[in-house]
Amino acid sequence: MTVKLDDMIVELKAKTGSNPIIHEEVTREGMTTLWIERKDLKAVMSYLKREMERPFVMLFDLTCIDERVRKHKDDQPSSDFTVVYTLTSFDRNEDIRIKVPLKDNDLKIPSITSVWEAANWYEREVYDMFGVHFDGHPNLTRILMPRSWEGYPLRKEHYARATEKEPFVLTEQIRRMEEDDLKFKPEEYGFSRKSGDSEFMFLNLGPQHPGTHGLLRLIVQLHGEDVVDIVPDIGFHHRGAEKMGERQTWHTYIPYTDRIDYLGGVMNNLAYLLSLEQIAGIKVPERAQVIRIMMSELFRIASHLVWLGTFAQDLGQLSPVFYTFNDRERIFDIVSAITGARMHPAWFRMGGVAHDLPKGWNQMVQDFVNYFPKRLREFEKMILKNSIIKARTLGIGAFTTKEAIEWGVTGAGLRATGYNWDYRKKRPYSGIDQFEFDIPLGKNGDAYDRSLIRLEEMRQSLRIIQQCIDNMPAGSYKSEHPLAIPPRKEQTMQDIETLITHFVGVTWGPVIPAGEAMIPIEATKGSNAYYLISDGSTASYRTRIRTPSFPHMQMLPLISKGYTIPDLLAILGAMDFVLADIDR
Amino acid sequence: MHTAIVIVVVLLVVISIAAGLIWVERRLLALWQDRLGPNRVGPLGLMQVLADMIKIFFKEDWIPPFADKAVFIIAPAITMVTTLLSFAFIPWAPNFVVFDSNFGILFFLGFSSLGVYSVVLAGWSSNNKYSLLGGMRASAQMLTYEVFMGISLMGVVMMADSFSFSAIVKAQQHMWFFIPQFAGFVVFFIAGIAETHRLPFDIPEAEGELVAGYHTEYSGMKFGMFFVGEYMGITLISAIIATLFFGGWLGPSFLPPFVWFFLKTFFFIGVFILLRAGLPRPRYDQLMEFGWKILFPLSLVNLLVTAAVLLFIK
Repeated sequence: MTVKLDDMIVELKAKTGSNPIIHEEVTREGMTTLWIERKDLKAVMSYLKREMERPFVMLFDLTCIDERVRKHKDDQPSSDFTVVYTLTSFDRNEDIRIKVPLKDNDLKIPSITSVWEAANWYEREVYDMFGVHFDGHPNLTRILMPRSWEGYPLRKEHYARATEKEPFVLTEQIRRMEEDDLKFKPEEYGFSRKSGDSEFMFLNLGPQHPGTHGLLRLIVQLHGEDVVDIVPDIGFHHRGAEKMGERQTWHTYIPYTDRIDYLGGVMNNLAYLLSLEQIAGIKVPERAQVIRIMMSELFRIASHLVWLGTFAQDLGQLSPVFYTFNDRERIFDIVSAITGARMHPAWFRMGGVAHDLPKGWNQMVQDFVNYFPKRLREFEKMILKNSIIKARTLGIGAFTTKEAIEWGVTGAGLRATGYNWDYRKKRPYSGIDQFEFDIPLGKNGDAYDRSLIRLEEMRQSLRIIQQCIDNMPAGSYKSEHPLAIPPRKEQTMQDIETLITHFVGVTWGPVIPAGEAMIPIEATKGSNAYYLISDGSTASYRTRIRTPSFPHMQMLPLISKGYTIPDLLAILGAMDFVLADIDR
Repeated sequence: MHTAIVIVVVLLVVISIAAGLIWVERRLLALWQDRLGPNRVGPLGLMQVLADMIKIFFKEDWIPPFADKAVFIIAPAITMVTTLLSFAFIPWAPNFVVFDSNFGILFFLGFSSLGVYSVVLAGWSSNNKYSLLGGMRASAQMLTYEVFMGISLMGVVMMADSFSFSAIVKAQQHMWFFIPQFAGFVVFFIAGIAETHRLPFDIPEAEGELVAGYHTEYSGMKFGMFFVGEYMGITLISAIIATLFFGGWLGPSFLPPFVWFFLKTFFFIGVFILLRAGLPRPRYDQLMEFGWKILFPLSLVNLLVTAAVLLFIK
């Protein structure tokens, strides 16, 4: 199911005068991957989004690859830095990847912010991390790193550890400069300081603020209590997770993924491993697939419970957070019985999971499945049916399906607008198409609908978990693929080759064949995907993490303008984001 | 001599209750929120109050360099003083009152209006945007609710034919006023919550939005005064509800009048805490709308109906 290239080329030729496609690459997940020259970029993007039949309407991801030290370039066009655009077509139910080669001495590319507004932050990130200049970008400044940062972190020559450079000393001068950098100057964002005879107030909300759920800084332009405009300032939680992917082995990177969406636990492992297994060609046995689904859905409930409690707290209701955290603890009891850890089990492995399920797991899970629906009814009555909560969220922060797609919104946010899109249904992974469950949809796309959907999603997750208990297949919990497990112990004692393979596999980690893949999953907050590139080594060449919270946060100014501060907090509460997921 | 004793007793009891409420609130909230609450310090965690007091007394009492110093210091004192003064008019038992004024209710309303200054000045003098927003919200909210807080009590005044708290209690010998004055009671109760800016009307200090609103910059004992002042406010409103609508010290004689008065007061304190455990916070404009469009007309209708009925009877 790939794009019909012939028709596309004919149409594009008519538009650009020549065939803009310079190369067609074959990737492991089979996504259509086309290389084009940067001079054709805008025309191609505009064609793909607006003119073609069943167009690619959503900018799913935009990133860059430093190709300078890559060994396996096959026959791809020569490039030092490749800018990668991933687009999604909902009508076709497929993605397309556009790659644009750039030379080291000429790192310039036209900005596509005029085609997709959502490209704004993504282009800033690429500029921040790789130093690629986007011509025509409205505000090309660093986004994740501090403004004073020297160098471009995701370039290969940039160090990955503080120990690789001189010790850092915070002098008074540096401190002053850093503080000065953080001062908000309205003119930089084209904000006026006053309108008529009244002055605007610029409120610095965060990075330490009880309502932002983490290190998020919002600079709010206020007229009285009315929000005129907002500038989200992110990056305070940036930990270089993508850079880490390039120095950790394929296996030892799994625990890092847990901490991207830190409420999603093993759900992150799943997104990472699906792409990785695709590159390595590992088939996961059925039992492992069902275990993975069950654990992921348990974590979906756990994540939604945190969201529900904090959402209520953002609206001033103090108690639900304790009830939901108590119930989340029950899930963690199950998780720790099965995996040995609570929030970040890092329990999935290439080709399966770390252990088989323990004895009595089904009773534990069944007890929870029996217990939880009653609690959900209570939560619904206590929180979502509460008239004050309704008054605070109905019609607040609403956006349409079109806006959602324009800004790259996935997950409950997209479904709240009434658009039926769930990666579990549309692009089933890990055998989830074998399960019966419904996709709750909203109507108005407001904060209230987003909340209702998450509550209903918990019910649907319970249904999936019940089916896991009833139909857990027998068999192995991990694949026999040589990249997934070390050679059998009995054989290593007989055969020097297997001994060497065992030794190398255990000490260095498996060598994954060269290739690249990205498989999006329906994570707790929207679509999460790992774009992995292997250069035939024990570590990834490039790990790109596409997280749902990043585009959601980018959309915040659009959906909160014209409301008041309490509404802004309600919108943030209903958005369901974690800063680790935004900043990585 | 009698008055002097009463003054000392009232002062000590009120301040101890207010401080003790810190523990009561935390334990009650914990009970309703499936937690334990402070239970380590002393029996049942009761010494927690002492520990909290020691802590708050010894905390650095920091005045931000950008604040308006004099006003910043006076603001928390205002809330303590006005609330404490209101207690002077509330009888705890027959003849146990500091000043049995004929204008007790008017004094109470006057002092609670003055209390607004505390919040407004604190918000303004802190020179902090969150504090300023909190102070502005507080002034709007409290001025609004002040209006019908007064009106809602007029029904009681008319029925008892007096502004004196003692006279009103005595007038309830046959029937507690919450029955004929139910609308007045409801309006006063809601206005009372707004007056003490407790959840769901804690809009001036809305934690998730304004960090701590008007007292964001306060620390040490000055914060402590706002903190204890809030509990004194709760105690005051509860005591007034008990006095004006639930017969004050009146009750079956197997318990002394003191006990009846405190039982009723503590019941309403409990309701205050339960509300905090249960309700979310409406938006600022919704609160004002609720006040002006529902509570204000309701209190006026209550006043008119009471007057008409009284005229008819007499």
